[in-house]
Amino acid sequence: MKGTIYTETIVYAAPAAFTAEAPYQLAIVTLDDGTRVTGRIEGERVSIDTRVELVEHRNGVPWFRREGSSSRAEHQAAAEQRVTPQETIA
Amino acid sequence: MRPVAVIGIGKTAFGAFPDRDLRSLAVEASQKALRNSNIQPAEVEAFYLGNFAGPSFVGQSHLAPYIAGELGLAGIPCTRLEAACASSGAAFFHACSAVAAGIYDVVLVTGVEKMTSTDTPRVAEILAMAGDCGTEGRAGATFPALFAMIARRHMHQYGTTREQLAAVAVKNHGNGAKNPDAHMRKPISIEQALKGKPVADPLTVYDCSLVSDGAAAVVIAPADRGDVQVLGIAQTSDYVPLDHKDDITTFHAVRTAAEKAYKMAGVSPSDIQLAEVHDCFTIAEVIAIEDLGFVRKGEGGPYTQEGRTCIKGERPVNTSGGLKAKGHPVGATGVAQICDVVLQLRGEAGERQVAKHEIGLAQNLGGSGASAVVTILECK
Repeated sequence: MKGTIYTETIVYAAPAAFTAEAPYQLAIVTLDDGTRVTGRIEGERVSIDTRVELVEHRNGVPWFRREGSSSRAEHQAAAEQRVTPQETIA
Repeated sequence: MRPVAVIGIGKTAFGAFPDRDLRSLAVEASQKALRNSNIQPAEVEAFYLGNFAGPSFVGQSHLAPYIAGELGLAGIPCTRLEAACASSGAAFFHACSAVAAGIYDVVLVTGVEKMTSTDTPRVAEILAMAGDCGTEGRAGATFPALFAMIARRHMHQYGTTREQLAAVAVKNHGNGAKNPDAHMRKPISIEQALKGKPVADPLTVYDCSLVSDGAAAVVIAPADRGDVQVLGIAQTSDYVPLDHKDDITTFHAVRTAAEKAYKMAGVSPSDIQLAEVHDCFTIAEVIAIEDLGFVRKGEGGPYTQEGRTCIKGERPVNTSGGLKAKGHPVGATGVAQICDVVLQLRGEAGERQVAKHEIGLAQNLGGSGASAVVTILECK
């Protein structure tokens, strides 16, 4: 399933259940059939009009990544190198 | 239907009050409104309470009679309305409907929220419950995140800039500094606003309204009993999830509520001399002044940056400091806006009094636009 980023944000101040994941990118994707869904972005940051593809649903949430970008395993390796110190937003 | 008047107003200060509980805040504001309207508790025929999440924030349900009992109102119908951040706007709308229909003559409407005894990640979680928990909530969306996505799209479609959003914050903090009851009474600079700690990109902490405790109340009655008349009022709704909307750069519910309220009042957007709008985030004020018809779509940012919504501008917006600086005890906000418009219309706004004050408007938004209430008030 593929689509285009309609809008996006990076969440720094997360709700209680998501603080360990922050910062993370959240987006609304317009799928190619015209419907819109709210999901998460895996891998490199995307912006409005970026083409994305569905990776999988996790806990009912659709996860997308830039179309044609690296596989999940490659992405995980990249993500591990990108880890930044957690900060608490007061 | 009978015309309705606001005959008295009352507010607590907004802020973080560790030694105050929800009920004492609601009682203080209510008693002030009763005194201000010269009404005795025995004359009150119904009590409407706006409250978003008292049960989650303070662990108490059945809040309307819980508060009314303390006010000496036990016996009358007591009803709590929940419409996210438009809870007390909705309470005010339904109270006005009942008085207009002739069901009651004297009604007390109070809004209250007690938020600061809860830690920030939990506050974010409770507020997120005003969105779609199954999709937005499960994906990790906070309210700042939803409005950040709205801001991103508005910037993309209309060229709205970070500086224009910061101009909303700078103006409202400046106004809040003049309001003795505001939560935040410190002016901020544009540089400060731009360099704030990121909350949800592109919004920083200075783009977000405050987590506050506070209450506000009004007494309403048939129009011949007061000087401030409710000329027009409408409540509307829209889908809860943002991804169900065709265009997230506008709040459809606000546009339709405004159209109805203008029609009922027999006025046009150009007749509105001052407004309290729902600036839960800076982008929300930009969109509000567009949706209310004060400016054309996409011009809210430049109009604000040019200073035209300042106290001395052609159309003062949020002279109270808005949710941004006055504070945003969620359930209190809708009625607090009515109080602040009435204060201006009566010419009692002190240092922040605007020059022209015959007709004012209040716009209250729930969630990311699924509830809206627009009220137009005139001083006779």
